[in-house]
Amino acid sequence: MGRHRKLTQFLSLLIGNLYLLPWRESPIFQGATKRICFPGLNCYSCPAATMSCPLGGLQNALADFRANLMLGVFHPGAYIIGTLGLIGSVLGRIPCGWLCPFGLFQEILFASPFKKIALPRFLRYGPFFFLIFFVILFPLLLVDSLGYGQTFFCKYVCPAGTFEAGIPLSIMEKDIRGAIGLLFYYKFTLLIAIVLWCLVTSRAFCRSICPLGAIFGLFNRISMVKLRFNKDNCVECKACYKICPTDISFFDNIDNINSPACIRCMKCYKICPTHSINLVFEPILKENKENFQEN
Amino acid sequence: MKRYASLIVFFISILLAGYGLFTNEANILWQKAITICLSCIGIG
Repeated sequence: MGRHRKLTQFLSLLIGNLYLLPWRESPIFQGATKRICFPGLNCYSCPAATMSCPLGGLQNALADFRANLMLGVFHPGAYIIGTLGLIGSVLGRIPCGWLCPFGLFQEILFASPFKKIALPRFLRYGPFFFLIFFVILFPLLLVDSLGYGQTFFCKYVCPAGTFEAGIPLSIMEKDIRGAIGLLFYYKFTLLIAIVLWCLVTSRAFCRSICPLGAIFGLFNRISMVKLRFNKDNCVECKACYKICPTDISFFDNIDNINSPACIRCMKCYKICPTHSINLVFEPILKENKENFQEN
Repeated sequence: MKRYASLIVFFISILLAGYGLFTNEANILWQKAITICLSCIGIG
């Protein structure tokens, strides 16, 4: 399963960034597939990106919401919210563990031989903070005189934008290179800090910052695909806890097996010696059975 | 009700996405996505 997951992650990276033509006319891809939301953090300003980042799209929709209303147009970002809901209601946070290119990048970084540091538990609330303030409230409420807001998460936080778009575009385009200022240096420093953090802490960005993970995480407990844990079979060897990249501890009931923090990488499923963990597809929840942790 | 939560969310999401498509939101997303986002790259 580990190899399958890596293969899926690399395939997703390739499909989401397939515009690698050397004879390109525009610095970024402008094809029809950019109408599709990519189920992971993949900046649409990346020169190779073939799809749209749902976080960027959602912030843009909310930033323009009031100005559009003043013009008598109602565009609340329903297409993006609906797409995220569709993915989340079926898969929960599976895209985080299997499809997200920035998740793959963090896993590669964490494979480094540096001493590892655990993430404090309270930082699990970080993604919800960034989702509520930087993705929803600030773009919606902090607007100019014409009613237009800004994409605050993209502008002040997102390291994927700097890594996938800022750096390559500033190398490729002379005009962009000339416009580099304080904001770019701030974002570059932030990117370096996050990279260094990811070298020592597993999935540090996903667990403490990523608002897209927070959105998909909200669906983990109700999604059609979910994890099941049979406590009767469990011998409490802690193998699942030791291998979990997000430090979820469900064998001792500290966390739920379908916790919003779970990225569903399925490492626990693979390592469990007693096969106490299962992945099930349940569009309609079955009645709670004794010893089966469901919700 | 809780038993059907995933199905309810699924169908509401289909309605939302459908409404978004109907009101041209996919094209608005495309227009944003084909221009370089200065905020994303950190220069504007």
